[in-house]
Amino acid sequence: MNHERKHDEELVCSGHYACQGCGGVIAMRHALRALGPRTIVVLPACCWSVIAGPFPYSALGVPVFHAAFETGGSTASGVRAALDIQGKTDINVLAWAGDGGTFDIGLQSLSGAVERNENIIYSCYDNEAYMNTGIQRSSATPLRTWTTTTPDLYPKETPKKDIVQILAGHKIPYVATTSIGFPDDLRAKFEKAKSIAGTKFLHVLSPCPPGWKYSSELTVSVARLATHCKVFPIYEVFDGEHYVINVEPEGKPVTEYLAMQGRFAHLTKRQTDEIQARVDYDWEHLLHKAMLEKFEFHEG
Amino acid sequence: MKKVIMGNHAVSHAVMLAGAEVIAAYPITPQTQIVEELSNMCAEGRLKAKFIKVESEHSAMACCIGASAAGSRAFTATSSQGLALMHELLHWAAGARTPVVLAEVNRALAPGWNIWADQSDALAQRDTGWLQFYCTSNQEILDSILIAFRVAEMVSLPAMVVYDAFYLSHTYEAVDIPDRQLVDRFLPPYKPEVKLDVEKPKAFGSLTTPEYYMEMRHKIEEATERVHELLPQVYAEFHNIFGRRYDVLEGYRCDDADLLLVTSGTVSSTARIVIDKLREAGKRVGRLNIRLFRPFPARPLREALRGYKKVAVLDRNISFGQGGIFAQELRAALCNEKEKPQVFGFIAGLGGRDITPAAIEEVIATADKLDEPAREIEWIGLKA
Ligand SMILES: Cc1ncc(C[n+]2csc(CCOP(=O)(O)OP(=O)(O)O)c2C)c(N)n1
Ligand code: SF4
Ligand SMILES: [Mg+2]
Repeated sequence: MNHERKHDEELVCSGHYACQGCGGVIAMRHALRALGPRTIVVLPACCWSVIAGPFPYSALGVPVFHAAFETGGSTASGVRAALDIQGKTDINVLAWAGDGGTFDIGLQSLSGAVERNENIIYSCYDNEAYMNTGIQRSSATPLRTWTTTTPDLYPKETPKKDIVQILAGHKIPYVATTSIGFPDDLRAKFEKAKSIAGTKFLHVLSPCPPGWKYSSELTVSVARLATHCKVFPIYEVFDGEHYVINVEPEGKPVTEYLAMQGRFAHLTKRQTDEIQARVDYDWEHLLHKAMLEKFEFHEG
Repeated sequence: MKKVIMGNHAVSHAVMLAGAEVIAAYPITPQTQIVEELSNMCAEGRLKAKFIKVESEHSAMACCIGASAAGSRAFTATSSQGLALMHELLHWAAGARTPVVLAEVNRALAPGWNIWADQSDALAQRDTGWLQFYCTSNQEILDSILIAFRVAEMVSLPAMVVYDAFYLSHTYEAVDIPDRQLVDRFLPPYKPEVKLDVEKPKAFGSLTTPEYYMEMRHKIEEATERVHELLPQVYAEFHNIFGRRYDVLEGYRCDDADLLLVTSGTVSSTARIVIDKLREAGKRVGRLNIRLFRPFPARPLREALRGYKKVAVLDRNISFGQGGIFAQELRAALCNEKEKPQVFGFIAGLGGRDITPAAIEEVIATADKLDEPAREIEWIGLKA
């Protein structure tokens, strides 16, 4: 029977429709290995709508419900409610959305689900743009990045939205960042998410070779550098209060990370300095938060 | 048990009796009492449902779709702006073949803000693949919700039960609330053939190439058409169990009429009084109430209208640039008939303006004195 299958069974099959070196596929593969076959995936519009394969095929060994772009949080809430009323409380409901579906168009329904503390895992695989529609900027696109709607002459003017802080602001039990560059961390976090009741939000850095303009064999290296340059720190937030940093960055300069990717090829020295300054500031800020005491309520 | 209740509470009772398992809703006047009462029913344990208090109608519909796909009976209720906000997901519910039931209280669309009766909100959703039932009384609202669940689940398509703001939603009428045992006989538990099931993993709604998409739409059309066959059987069963008889079309004093007035919603009741009065004065007029709008009952209408010379359609809605929507669809249904009546289209009562007996008399008098329509749309009661 299905539920007797071992956990680290492969639930992403070969023959999927992703580009070579797609970080989003690596992310799903490890996530599902951690969660196991008793998982239902809710998939709002994103690259994964295609990656999962066309009718009548499916690249996933678990049930998948394709949902409207902005309904990751809400559709998953409905699936959860149905499973609960049927007594199937052990089944994981995994909403799997891109950064556009999470940071932008789906933010409202996500916030609704999160505020209700729905017992779901919401995972955002972040490739920092709308890749499905051809690399347009999202609010997850970093400062000064090239996309097709933020061309070289006019790269993105605003920094990446701090989605973790927004989610933590909902005071849900678990918010964490992770990356396909750190698969052990990724798997451990999905396993942890499975064991926590309430909403779990996982933000997974998932580099994209065509969108970021690097050669497809470099996906894991790019992801690792993002963390080691402190561009994408890996940390957890418990109950919206308690910050724990999980990976100690090697503290490399951001130029190493930027230089690998064509989407930053237009940057001037001044712009890279500005990016470095912001990365340093954000890192200090995170360190500060990680040292905060956990809020506890003492009765009497 | 008979109780005097408002139309909105007739919905709540029906949803409880139907044993809805997941309810997701967002407040909007004039729908609020439906969900307030359902919240009470859930809180008191009279209804064992998960009530998801969403942050928008858009999410309400998404929740219902997810719940239905996972195998639970799902319900929501809305009105006007809320229904318009759901639009994308109304298509989704039909495309995903999830038999969600929605109570839709007809209310005008803004701007300007107007909370009163107007059918344009529901009719604007006519191409989304939802079945649509229109009601004339609180009893009919309760019964239609039960019928909607039954039919929707038979054909795996979502269904909307539509009724006028305030004229029904907030008006108290005596309603027979049936025993649960009777309802259980009429409405079996929801057991979809396929659903999200970890034991049988399947993908729902994947990328569908031109090779398959058209066949899927054809299946939706076939399922929709099947309602024409199923509904008379369901109405007959309903009559056997509950003793109340419904039909897709409901005629009133139509025999030997020279002119038929076609209506839907609460105007149908007001029209009866006018028909009685005119009949007493020797005028040969009748009224035909349309209960089912989707699928459109073209064949029953053709049969019902055969032999009549004039039909006046009274629409409390407007499709700008085309006119009243019931009139438009009725004309289309008749267009290939060899002998067909003259169809006069009237618009009245938008945004909750009362459609008084005098207004209905004006409609009938206008159609009566002309041999053919003077213009595509006649507006009744328009101020200068
Ligand atoms: C309401 C709506 N607007 C626009 C689209 C078109 N669309 C589909 S996927 C997508 C971008 C998805 O971006 P993201 O969520 O970041 O996922 P990615 O493709 O990058 O993996 C867009 C704009 C849509 N499907 N629905
Ligand atoms: S465009 Fe990027 S995210 Fe999309 S499938 Fe290709 S590599 Fe993956
Ligand atoms: Mg993206």
